Amino acid sequence: MKPTNIGGHEYFHKVVDCQWACPAHTPVPEYIRLIAAGRYSDAYMINWRSNVFPGILGRVCDRPCEPACRRGRVDKEPVAICRLKRVAADLKDDVSGRLPQPAKMNGKRIACVGAGPASLTVARDLVVLGYQVTVFDNGASPGGMMRSQIPKFRLPDEVIDEECGYIIGLGVETRYNQWVGSLRDLVAEGWDAIFVGTGAPRGRDAPIPGREEAAKHIHIGIDWLANVAFGHTTKIAKRVIVLGGGNTAMDCCRSARRLGGDDVKVIVRSGFEEMKASPWEKEEAIHEGIPIINMRVPKEFRHDNGKLTGVLFEIVRAEYDAKGRRSLIATGEPDEFHECDEVLVAIGQENAFPWIEKDIGLDFDKWGMPVLNEKTLQSTLPKVFFGGDAALGPKNIITAAAQGHEAAISIDLFCRGKKLDDRPPPEFNLVSQKMGIHEWSYDNQVSEEERKKVPVKALEKTLKDIKLELELGFDSFMACAEAERCLNCDVETVFAGKICIECDACVDICPTECITFTANGEEDDLRGRLKAPAKLLEQALYVSDDLKTGRVMVKDENICLHCGMCAERCPTGAWDMQKFFMQCAEAGTEAKRT
Amino acid sequence: MTYLVKPKLLRADAPRNALGYTRRDYEGAISTLCAGCGHDSISAAVVQACFDLDIEPHRVAKLSGIGCSSKTPDYFLGNSHGFNTTHGRMPSVLTGAALANRDLIYMGVSGDGDSASIGIGQFAHAMRRGVNMTYIVENNGVYGLTKGQFSATADKGSKSKRGVVNSDTPIDLAALALQLGASYVGRSFSGDKEQLIPLIKGALRHRGPAFIDVISPCVTFNNHAGSTKSYDYVREHNEAVNRLDFILPRDKIEASYPAGSLRRIVQHDGSILHLRKLDADYDPSDRVGAMNYLQERQALGEIVTGLLYVDSGAVDLHRHLNTVEKPLNQLGDAYLCPGSKALEALNAALR
Ligand SMILES: Cc1cc2nc3c(=O)[nH]c(=O)nc-3n(C[C@H](O)[C@H](O)[C@H](O)COP(=O)(O)OP(=O)(O)OC[C@H]3O[C@@H](n4cnc5c(N)ncnc54)[C@H](O)[C@@H]3O)c2cc1C
Ligand SMILES: Cc1ncc(C[n+]2csc(CCOP(=O)(O)OP(=O)(O)O)c2C)c(N)n1
Ligand code: SF4
Ligand code: SF4
Ligand code: SF4
Ligand SMILES: [Mg+2]
Repeated sequence: MKPTNIGGHEYFHKVVDCQWACPAHTPVPEYIRLIAAGRYSDAYMINWRSNVFPGILGRVCDRPCEPACRRGRVDKEPVAICRLKRVAADLKDDVSGRLPQPAKMNGKRIACVGAGPASLTVARDLVVLGYQVTVFDNGASPGGMMRSQIPKFRLPDEVIDEECGYIIGLGVETRYNQWVGSLRDLVAEGWDAIFVGTGAPRGRDAPIPGREEAAKHIHIGIDWLANVAFGHTTKIAKRVIVLGGGNTAMDCCRSARRLGGDDVKVIVRSGFEEMKASPWEKEEAIHEGIPIINMRVPKEFRHDNGKLTGVLFEIVRAEYDAKGRRSLIATGEPDEFHECDEVLVAIGQENAFPWIEKDIGLDFDKWGMPVLNEKTLQSTLPKVFFGGDAALGPKNIITAAAQGHEAAISIDLFCRGKKLDDRPPPEFNLVSQKMGIHEWSYDNQVSEEERKKVPVKALEKTLKDIKLELELGFDSFMACAEAERCLNCDVETVFAGKICIECDACVDICPTECITFTANGEEDDLRGRLKAPAKLLEQALYVSDDLKTGRVMVKDENICLHCGMCAERCPTGAWDMQKFFMQCAEAGTEAKRT
Repeated sequence: MTYLVKPKLLRADAPRNALGYTRRDYEGAISTLCAGCGHDSISAAVVQACFDLDIEPHRVAKLSGIGCSSKTPDYFLGNSHGFNTTHGRMPSVLTGAALANRDLIYMGVSGDGDSASIGIGQFAHAMRRGVNMTYIVENNGVYGLTKGQFSATADKGSKSKRGVVNSDTPIDLAALALQLGASYVGRSFSGDKEQLIPLIKGALRHRGPAFIDVISPCVTFNNHAGSTKSYDYVREHNEAVNRLDFILPRDKIEASYPAGSLRRIVQHDGSILHLRKLDADYDPSDRVGAMNYLQERQALGEIVTGLLYVDSGAVDLHRHLNTVEKPLNQLGDAYLCPGSKALEALNAALR
């Protein structure tokens, strides 16, 4: 293999699994260390810059970082990254003084359609550069689906108010209760750029027999949740069936439990493992006494003169073809009937752009999605940019924020007449953490404690009050213990082959046998020849230049604990522990000149 | 030097041996030796060898004298028996222990100072007597622990860190062991685990005195230009006579070797030594030939390594003395002290 190029930010960024997996590339280990040090406000501001909604995301983020977390590969469970973020938000001091000051107005006007996380991120990034940003939303307050969909017992309104408030407070102009009915008209108003962050507002229906007749008792999940969120719906019948296996289904069933449903079931087409809902959401539902019944395809809503009596299901099993595609095959067992009084249909969400005229030069693909440049998020109407669920289909808040940042960069470049492809690179640095012979400026002792469970309120209480937040969050002691579980993957092992004497000290001490000195070879050959074979292909091998004996040093990054023992045992200082800090570029950062 | 205890976290697929142990279970306390000391690599090789051989840690007794090298038993096999004797006295304590309980696996760990300087007499007699043990000398040519004075294995002409040239004739412990009747003699280098680990395995499964001289650079006092025991010097002058593959009776042999290139030796317990010849004429069953070869090559400035000699049919001290098979601590009082009548009868028989 060629020697690893450790210049630039690509290689070391990938070693920080959580930061790599985070769509907004939040510098996770940095904020975790700050939490351990009790510097909650600092931890909050690092998050705020990257992901805009730390208090919200610390409660409800889809947390792609956690399945990626290295700790999960050497321990039973990953670091509770998401809930640590909440700690920063909960325990911080007043941060209003730390928020950026709006710059002098630059005279450019930007319209954002929708006040969800995508639009608010664009607004935040641009308003501080001097843009005049106006956000339109048909609702009465900001937050989009964070407010209208996510149940209050997971995400209280105060948190949404606070974090949306920070953004609006920077000087964003808001037009609530205003539905944008025509993009043509909006374009005609002469905005310098328009950002579309209207989400994926339509819930998919289940058009099976009985749907129309029993319509009064059958609700589309996301519409029903919005009615619950805004207090229009406060009750549900005793026996409820929720159709679907995603997070919306989980929110529906858990909300139903809190509004009077005491026999609530989730019935899903797929198997339990393949359900789209996050494992923790499923766990919560089960914990609240909601059975999840799998491999059942709804066939018919049964009713008695329009009064729903139950749902008939076909029992299926999954079969996979050579390409791994699943098809559901009827098992031939008799259909199963489940009695119920009300049904919530939570089988997916769709995009809809009824307000965008089809003849104004903005192209849509055959699935009805806008045609976009994936990197710049620019549509075929150059002034119009997309982000969040509206751009690439329903995802989650952190993706909306990440795309908001990208769109803001594009809009800024566009308004300044620059090339959109010439994107500013992230800022990063790499600094030795050595303080003495065995002293480092990070805590390199690896905690062996198990993941801490977030304390919750008593179930009886929370099932009675749909607005009562279930989780209490970590206190400062639990937070510190959990933070200590982080392996500090950003404190990188940096190898200087020129001064290595090949004494094997690092090989012998490494607790996870990451390091091997061996003859070079092709990657798959090399992976098999290491002291511990490197089977996880997506984890990089760090290969040195040729050493004195003609061999190379090969390090499997996969389960390096970043304990620094290799560096402590190295007699020549060929190994060093260096902290890699990287933040994505913000709108307004200049692209490097080459 | 590391103050941290090695974290216990393991990869999910960390290999386990037949006893269900991981390699980590064969480690000891964290080393307090200098960073980069060759001795730590030898400890790692011992760990690997014991792991591979599915040795139950409580069946091993590790004995050592005084010196950085003699400290190492603290850094491997944390669950085995250990004994730190006074300087140079490990061989006699080991001999006594072996006589008292032949069921344990004896590992003597020593330094060149401990064995070739102060302990040379003890070393010699343990070899002569045929004690069943694995005797490892971690040979750095200096007294590391007392800050780098030349030891008795330092080569004539080798330069100390302060520039003093050694004028005394060196003792070659491997050559001595050959002469004194050791039945398994090897030499290796701490920086070559591929060679060292099988040598240790073969020694642990050998019956009789197995001796391995492991050149093990002292990074702090003997790793400079002018030293003949530095990493660089040893790498440049290392000439292996063969490469050993150690094969347990249960293992399938998969490798194939060109005709004439392999020597196959079956030890008393069925374990197999596959010696891939690097020097076609070298015969590891010829004690006198081996001694001559060492002398010749040494004169040319080569460091001869590999399995230098093995006698797979060797018998040990217990056979020589016709000792009782059971460990003494398992014999009852009546057996150990048969009483005055028996004594009288014995005395009468000798009158
Ligand atoms: C039930 C449910 C639970 C969820 N739970 C989570 C979770 O736990 N974690 C997570 O990360 N994500 C979750 N999501 C997904 C998340 O809410 C969305 O991915 C995210 O809100 C998308 O943000 P956005 O900015 O693209 O749009 P949205 O949040 O959808 O905001 C769009 C806003 O634009 C408004 N709007 C639309 N069209 C117009 C128009 N023409 N004129 C004016 N205003 C308009 C809408 O009313 C809305 O307020 C959940 C989604 C649902 C449905
Ligand atoms: C009876 C006695 N004499 C002298 C010493 C001092 N002493 C301690 S270690 C040592 C030499 C050890 O050398 P070696 O066996 O080569 O071990 P190394 O430290 O080089 O590994 C000496 C002379 C002692 N401890 N006891
Ligand atoms: S251990 Fe810490 S730094 Fe490493 S991936 Fe997990 S959270 Fe990130
Ligand atoms: S920091 Fe060094 S010693 Fe520690 S696990 Fe990583 S490679 Fe091994
Ligand atoms: S003084 Fe020499 S022999 Fe002793 S620990 Fe240090 S390097 Fe090893
Ligand atoms: Mg010595």
